[in-house]
Amino acid sequence: MANITLNKIRHSYTADIEKSGDWALKEMDVVWQDGGAYALLGPSGCGKTTLLNIISGLLVPTEGRVLFDDRDVTDLPSDQRQIAQVFQFPVVYDTMTVFDNLAFPLRNRGMAPDMITARVHEIAQMLDLEEVLNNRASGLTADGKQKISLGRGLVRSDVNVIMFDEPLTVIDPHLKWLLRSKLKELHQQVKATMIYVTHDQTEALTFADKVVVMHDGVVVQIGTPVELFEKPNHTFVGHFIGSPGMNLLPCELHNGEPRFEGHTIGVSAPFKMPQPNAQLQIGIRPEFVRFAEQGLPVDIVKVDDVGRYRIVETRINNQTIKIVSPEGISIPADKAHIRFEQESTHLYADHWILT
Amino acid sequence: MSEKTTNQKAWLLVAPVVILVAFNALIPLMTVVNYSVQETFGDNVFFWEGMKWFEDVLHSERFHASLLRQLSFTGIILAIEVPLGVAIALTMPKKGPWVSVCLVLMALPLLIPWNVVGAMWNIFALPDIGLLGKMINGLGIDYNFTQQPMAAWFTTILMDVWHWTSLVVLLAYAGLCSIPDAYYQAARIDGASRWAVFRFIQLPKMKRVLTIAVLLRFMDSFMIYTEPFVLTGGGPGNTTTFLSIDLVKIALGQFDLGPAAAMSLIYFLIILLLSWIFYTLMMRNEEQ
Repeated sequence: MANITLNKIRHSYTADIEKSGDWALKEMDVVWQDGGAYALLGPSGCGKTTLLNIISGLLVPTEGRVLFDDRDVTDLPSDQRQIAQVFQFPVVYDTMTVFDNLAFPLRNRGMAPDMITARVHEIAQMLDLEEVLNNRASGLTADGKQKISLGRGLVRSDVNVIMFDEPLTVIDPHLKWLLRSKLKELHQQVKATMIYVTHDQTEALTFADKVVVMHDGVVVQIGTPVELFEKPNHTFVGHFIGSPGMNLLPCELHNGEPRFEGHTIGVSAPFKMPQPNAQLQIGIRPEFVRFAEQGLPVDIVKVDDVGRYRIVETRINNQTIKIVSPEGISIPADKAHIRFEQESTHLYADHWILT
Repeated sequence: MSEKTTNQKAWLLVAPVVILVAFNALIPLMTVVNYSVQETFGDNVFFWEGMKWFEDVLHSERFHASLLRQLSFTGIILAIEVPLGVAIALTMPKKGPWVSVCLVLMALPLLIPWNVVGAMWNIFALPDIGLLGKMINGLGIDYNFTQQPMAAWFTTILMDVWHWTSLVVLLAYAGLCSIPDAYYQAARIDGASRWAVFRFIQLPKMKRVLTIAVLLRFMDSFMIYTEPFVLTGGGPGNTTTFLSIDLVKIALGQFDLGPAAAMSLIYFLIILLLSWIFYTLMMRNEEQ
């Protein structure tokens, strides 16, 4: 069990990095607390798997160090790092039984047979695999195979961290939910650090205590689901998380106050002056936009009723502003005024929040 | 749904295949069957002999000897080519510029016509002028494949290994390339040894292609004719006279068409039977 520290990690898959500058991971410092349930969230190709493979030792980073507590493990191979990884497509050893699959990592480490048997049964019980222990692993369904992959990580009592690389991609939708709550439950039981890679925000937000959002090789924010929702550090977090995502409206500064379409907008906190050429945007989540007697005049374009609330699409000049309106609030017919809740309105310069 | 339409014209669509199969398989086969139960002295005059030729062939010591030679040859080359092919495939690079180089090198022997392979090795192994023959003799080993049965066998097997191991390599390589990286990564995390990776990941994933490889090599080597015929002509004596060479000697050398036809049919049935047994055994494992 250990805290995992990534110290100034950078990685590139191209050999001649000085020339191309093509970093798959840009410089980052991240600390993963021991015992935490983390989700690593980001769109495909943003570097999530690269980061995961660096922690697990399948990749050696181009620059930077990986520390498990104070031990530098950057150059250690995977099998000496006490980590476990569950891959996107279930990996089982086809010719072995479920029991042998689970026992495999222990046998490779030379554990005594009776201890192996005890441990495998214990884990099989946790994962509800006891009834199929003597079946050939190749005959199981995808979710059963994925449980075996997970089990091979859990049997080792010394694991520092279990990593999941989009583990539910090939699982049927109704089983996804079951397996996800199983993971959550296991996290409570075994108390190992878990890092869960996904591009699905629902999966990330339900599984994790802390979500690490990545975008284009950069960790843009680490925070609890609530923090990501209420105060996104980066416009990417704003529109990637939430459904619909954050409204991002271009604005300029006028006497030190942000102005949008000729209206002064109040923001949550005082801010430092940005660079003169910075691209300024106001970010406001649709949940915090209200209809009001006065304020920004908008045209109502479309209303989608999605059950418990309605999504109202409004327009001012060429800018679209979405509003999430709870049930029971009447929506004006075609013209309306709206206002933004000040404590949830943020100002972004070149996509990063201004504070 | 509407009723099935009946249209006899559909037969026209299958007719080409039926005709093709009839002319290249059924009719020749039936001719052989025809010869195998009759005696002929030419001029299309036939005498009914019944099962006599079959009984003769099955009791013939000459046939037993060729069959034994054939089985030994096939057994030996399979025992060499399959493990060697897998071993070479394992050492081939998975990506990078060397992949195509290796593949082309591997494919080269397969592109050479069989009689050319025989001729090449004949010259290569000649004890007085051949590079290989001269070298072996230069090492102080008495080697002459035209006179010594052991040397003739050694050369024939070496030639076949040279010619056909590539096929096993290419098939095994294709099997290896189809294994997703995640398997190797998981094995590394599980602390698996190199041997365990081979035994529990690579071998099971290669099983299907290896089944095909062994079947192909079995059938081809069991029917081998051109290469040993060009290399040794079946000699010295009869020591490298495999079944097909013997068959041609009987049919075209001695013009005993009846026994030759009976022998072809027995030969054919042996190949069919062995292939079937082998395939069933390999596939039965799969289903468990």
